[in-house]
Amino acid sequence: MSDDILISVRNLRSAFGPHVVHEHLDLDIRRGEILGIVGGSGTGKTVLLNTILGLKQPEGGEILLNGQRLAEMSERERRQIDSRLGVLFQNGALFTSLSVLENVMAPLREHIDMPVSLMEEIAGMKIGLAGLDPSAADRFPSELSGGMRKRAALARALALDPEILFLDEPTAGLDPIGAAAFDNLILELSQALGLTVVMITHDLDSLYSICDRVAVLADKRVEAVAPIRDLLNNPHPWIKEYFHGPRGRAALAGKEN
Amino acid sequence: MRGMRDESSASAELVVREQGGRTILEPHGDWVVDTIGRHDSAIRAVETSNDPCDIIVDLTHLGRVDTAGAYLLGRATRRCPTPDADFHFVGIHRTARRLIEEVRLRTQVCGPEEVRTFGFMKAMARIGAGLEAAYQEAVDTFAFFGKTLTTGLTCFVQPWRFRLTPTVWAMEEVGVNALPIVAVLSFFIGAVVAFMGANLLQSVGFSVFTVELVGISVLREFGVLITAIMLAGRSDSAFTASIGAMKMQQEVDAMRVLGLDPFEALVLPRVVACVLMAPLLTFGAMVAGIFGGMLVAWTAQDISPALFFTRLHSELDISHFWVGMSKAPVFGLVVAIIGCRQGMQVQGDVESLGRRVTASVVQSIFAVIVLEALFAMMYLELGI
Repeated sequence: MSDDILISVRNLRSAFGPHVVHEHLDLDIRRGEILGIVGGSGTGKTVLLNTILGLKQPEGGEILLNGQRLAEMSERERRQIDSRLGVLFQNGALFTSLSVLENVMAPLREHIDMPVSLMEEIAGMKIGLAGLDPSAADRFPSELSGGMRKRAALARALALDPEILFLDEPTAGLDPIGAAAFDNLILELSQALGLTVVMITHDLDSLYSICDRVAVLADKRVEAVAPIRDLLNNPHPWIKEYFHGPRGRAALAGKEN
Repeated sequence: MRGMRDESSASAELVVREQGGRTILEPHGDWVVDTIGRHDSAIRAVETSNDPCDIIVDLTHLGRVDTAGAYLLGRATRRCPTPDADFHFVGIHRTARRLIEEVRLRTQVCGPEEVRTFGFMKAMARIGAGLEAAYQEAVDTFAFFGKTLTTGLTCFVQPWRFRLTPTVWAMEEVGVNALPIVAVLSFFIGAVVAFMGANLLQSVGFSVFTVELVGISVLREFGVLITAIMLAGRSDSAFTASIGAMKMQQEVDAMRVLGLDPFEALVLPRVVACVLMAPLLTFGAMVAGIFGGMLVAWTAQDISPALFFTRLHSELDISHFWVGMSKAPVFGLVVAIIGCRQGMQVQGDVESLGRRVTASVVQSIFAVIVLEALFAMMYLELGI
């Protein structure tokens, strides 16, 4: 892995009124890595994600994408950047009035000039990449199970061949077998397509099995970023509790066996 | 690893040449999702007009490539039994070969879309399906009405099960808050009727009959009709939306599991509120409508309010008022039943909520107009 930094967050401050979520938060995301973000409920994991995506304006600090400041970009540059980011929202956020195929085609229709037949073929290919059965293509989001919906949302996130994929709790609500399969899928895709993946997760198994590094949000900033093995020795009380609690130990044991 | 797609001027070119009986595809430049669109037909032409085993892809001049580009390049050789064999590729590229293979491995071709046929039989089939659906809707609405009725009777026998607070809340929503708009609308309808009548009756010299015209039309028909249509547009859609939103969030399921009857908690209070408030709203509409008619008669025809009311009293039978009032609770009931039923029909997605709200308003206005016609025939036969 290179030490090439793709996104860096510098001195970020986010607040909702008097309630400060992040203060002096720094984070570097390297090209090609799978970075896990963990933190207790309410530590602002999703807020951080939304800020990097530009959905929320930070109250202070800056975000650099490939060395370019996001805040200084023009609307047009911003839109070009957007097409390089793929996002899998927590509940999928599929458009309910469109079938799965149309959902995946939506970003292609919006940004790309190509014949519709080719668009359909490419969307079908992405659906295959996301590990969905082709028969799911004509179904509507309300007819899909939770796991299939995540895969459909992943296919849509991959539609424009993003370089960075953001995943917000991708395995939440999936059964352990489905979750492990989804983890594998993300790992394979990131290797095959050279993706940089940033995932928020509470799933300790995912952290152990696919994340190259893990960033821990605590005390309004990134308390530590390191491969998970190094975090096990971190003296910070929350990190200790997190990785050495009963679930953390179980996940570690499961990984070692 | 691919670089960032900074070069917005990136473009893809395709050179096709023949060499020794084989077709060589030579992609130049960057084959990424935003550049490949215009080469689709060229590749398809090569694909269909050549033996797939004689197609060679020359990767020498290929720049960056992503999955979409890899898909398109890989598609050229897909009909060959060994699409990824070495003889299909010339030149060296860091990622292309692997990406093409990877994409092919995971691609499942979607089946062709169902071909839509147009024709007489198809049209007939659609009409038939529509009629059947309408019939089924009607049957289901009656079933829902029956269930509401039994719930109402249960609450009548066991009054402690009746929920007063939501009923009063719904009465405020349906009745008090709707009164201004119903009154204003009815005022204008009364005024318009008086104007129309004034013009017509003046020409034959019976302008004083404007009083009867306004009185009978507002009391018998317009007061109650305006109320019912406002109920359908305003309260009925609100019922569908609020119950439907609860259905979407599984609140209704939670109620059932907790032993709360959704009919008792959600449907009955709204139905009772509508049935009780519809006559009151109708009364308000009648007052406003007659007031509107009176103002026009006064200003346009010099019929003074005193004369207007004297004539109203002497010439109009009170039965007109009761005919109008008698319809109000029925309309209220129908509108509330349809609104609640459509709300209960909402499924898990946003789409169905919108569909159900529309259906609810359309159905309740339809039902109101049909009932209005039936009432007119009934009272005509009865001679009231």
